[in-house]
Amino acid sequence: MSTVDTSQNLTPSAAAKLRRTAWYRTERYTRLWAMIALGLLLALVTGEQGNTRDIFYSITHTLTGVNLWVCLGATVGVWALREFAATPIKGAVSAARGSAAAAAGGPVGSLRARFQADKRLRLGAYAVLLVLVLVVPSGLERSWQTVLVDQIAIFALLAIGLNVVIGWAGLLDLGFFAFFAVGAYSTAFWTGRLPVEPPVVLNNFWVIPVAVLTCLVCGVLLGAPTLRLRGDYLAIVTLGFHEIIYLVAKNADGITGGPQGARLIPDFSIDFAGIEYTWSIKPLPYWYLLVFFIVLVIILFSRLEHSRVGRAWTAIREDEIAAAANGVNTVQFKLMAFAIGASTSGVAGVIFTSKYGYINPEVFPLLQSILILAYVIFGGMGSIPGVLIGTAILVWLPEALKDWVDPSDRYMYLGALLVVMMIYRPQGVWPSRRRQRELKLAEEGSGDADATSEPAGGKN
Amino acid sequence: MSTTTELRKDTGTPDSAEETLLELCSMHVFYGAIEALKGIDLTVRKGEIVALLGGNGAGKTTTLRTISGMLQPRQGEVRYRGERIDGIKSHELVQFGIGHVPEGRRVFAAMTVRDNLEMGAYRFSSVDPADMDRVFTLFPRLAERRSQLAGTLSGGEQQMLAIGRALMGEPELLLLDEPSMGLAPLIVQQIFEIIEEINKQGTTVLLVEQNATQALGLANRGYVLETGSVAMSGPAAELLSDPRIREAYLGEGAA
Repeated sequence: MSTVDTSQNLTPSAAAKLRRTAWYRTERYTRLWAMIALGLLLALVTGEQGNTRDIFYSITHTLTGVNLWVCLGATVGVWALREFAATPIKGAVSAARGSAAAAAGGPVGSLRARFQADKRLRLGAYAVLLVLVLVVPSGLERSWQTVLVDQIAIFALLAIGLNVVIGWAGLLDLGFFAFFAVGAYSTAFWTGRLPVEPPVVLNNFWVIPVAVLTCLVCGVLLGAPTLRLRGDYLAIVTLGFHEIIYLVAKNADGITGGPQGARLIPDFSIDFAGIEYTWSIKPLPYWYLLVFFIVLVIILFSRLEHSRVGRAWTAIREDEIAAAANGVNTVQFKLMAFAIGASTSGVAGVIFTSKYGYINPEVFPLLQSILILAYVIFGGMGSIPGVLIGTAILVWLPEALKDWVDPSDRYMYLGALLVVMMIYRPQGVWPSRRRQRELKLAEEGSGDADATSEPAGGKN
Repeated sequence: MSTTTELRKDTGTPDSAEETLLELCSMHVFYGAIEALKGIDLTVRKGEIVALLGGNGAGKTTTLRTISGMLQPRQGEVRYRGERIDGIKSHELVQFGIGHVPEGRRVFAAMTVRDNLEMGAYRFSSVDPADMDRVFTLFPRLAERRSQLAGTLSGGEQQMLAIGRALMGEPELLLLDEPSMGLAPLIVQQIFEIIEEINKQGTTVLLVEQNATQALGLANRGYVLETGSVAMSGPAAELLSDPRIREAYLGEGAA
């Protein structure tokens, strides 16, 4: 009898205890702890270097120096801004927009709708953007032009390709940069700079289709045996694929030139119908070439996204079994995503190699595969403008930091930015509508935020 | 073929002369070393509703998955309009006019109702508005929610969407895997009425169900599976009045 009584007395208070969430465990403060941890880590990594005489030198100097407060101030500042100032700022912005629209006499928020409805307006905007993209770089410093061409544009091409694989078809590929290496080595081979002789030496322009084809084939070869896997398993296999390509490039001396790689790879050149031109070390001509290919790829891919193929990819991403039940050949479309995604790496590989003039295995570390993935996720999986912006920001940031901070710390800042982004804007800078929906559904508990996973109880 | 005639004999319904649409001949299916189906014989004739009943683990879903090409029989045959179809992949079976509503609904959660339905018409190069209208007439609830995300629908609405999506592929044979799963009795009633309506409009239905009373009330004929083989089969009304069925599946044994 007494035991029953105590349990009855205990239950309500125990339940109340369980119901109450301590303030420090509410979502807002959980985020604060994460941000403080990030600030500390940032301070430790970017602070004083350690030395061998005093093992605590680095830690004591970090914790007593001003750097700690700067880092903590930055991360906690972001937190405070996001948690407490977001609503008033948003309110002010929408109010300002409302009054501006009222002053202009148009309805609120009509710009976007008009933009979507009016095809001519849209084309005009694209044309202006294109002109800006072509004109603005000529006003930049030479070093920034080089960054723009060698890194931003090349990685943009790669990221657009990876976006097909991960953003549209939902296949997590951690070894995407390997296809870039395939494109680069194809260039070295077909221009006759590898120890093995090609059947014919090709002009760089002819290497592009050949390299694209090689990458397509590699995509299919990698995809065919591995696409039965999903999510994490597929990711690990693609990781392995990158390592295989890297190690083959490094160790197959007789074919790839081993650690020395290939040198003196010729530049692009045209000698056709009286026009004679050679792309040289100057960045701008390569910029125009890259813009041409990027625009071409964007046009092709966005058409693909809105075609039957794109719909099949979306269906596969959402639910493979349901996709198959509706008549989508899942294996074929997954292979296609892999191959098509890989093809842009072919183009990027050829242009990069021609511009650089030499390659060796160390140009293709695993880090690059991870970085491209970060660009795609940061910008917004599944959205082409997002992916471009993500690439531009994340490639630009380490370069811009070069003059300000210790060069070895640059990637720590990049990492910190990614962490903050994943806490406050997991959908990316310019997300696709679908990704936004997925995250929203997941928040409401009726969906799956994981871009690549399958609902429970998958196919046998 | 002999099995077919045998089955026709035991059903003894007047419409037994009608065309056979789907036929399973001594089908054995294995999961690794485990024999899940131990020689299933089953016939579905054009225009019928056939119910496939049985307890958990009896092999109902396995049978359906084998028909829809997700599993392959190790022995025996699946015939559709007289042609062997075992070994054909699920996405290709859609082209033959076999629609499949998988277990657990599996709607595309982040797509709108309309997009889900359009996905159902994937086998055609373009969506036929008449099909869309037909689905919206059958399921007015879906018409109201056509721009809503499928993931935000209730369980019953998701089931309706899953059925509607399969109808968009204009199937001749519709395979339904436990459409009543996890739904309130009233909704189940509604869904079963709609299945009857779909059948009246000319679609043959093979229905897998745990809910024996409801399913047999709807079906022309029924098969009862027990641990991987057909324990009983016959016209629905007969099965419904069979004491063994009542005992095993309608919970009247103890009474």
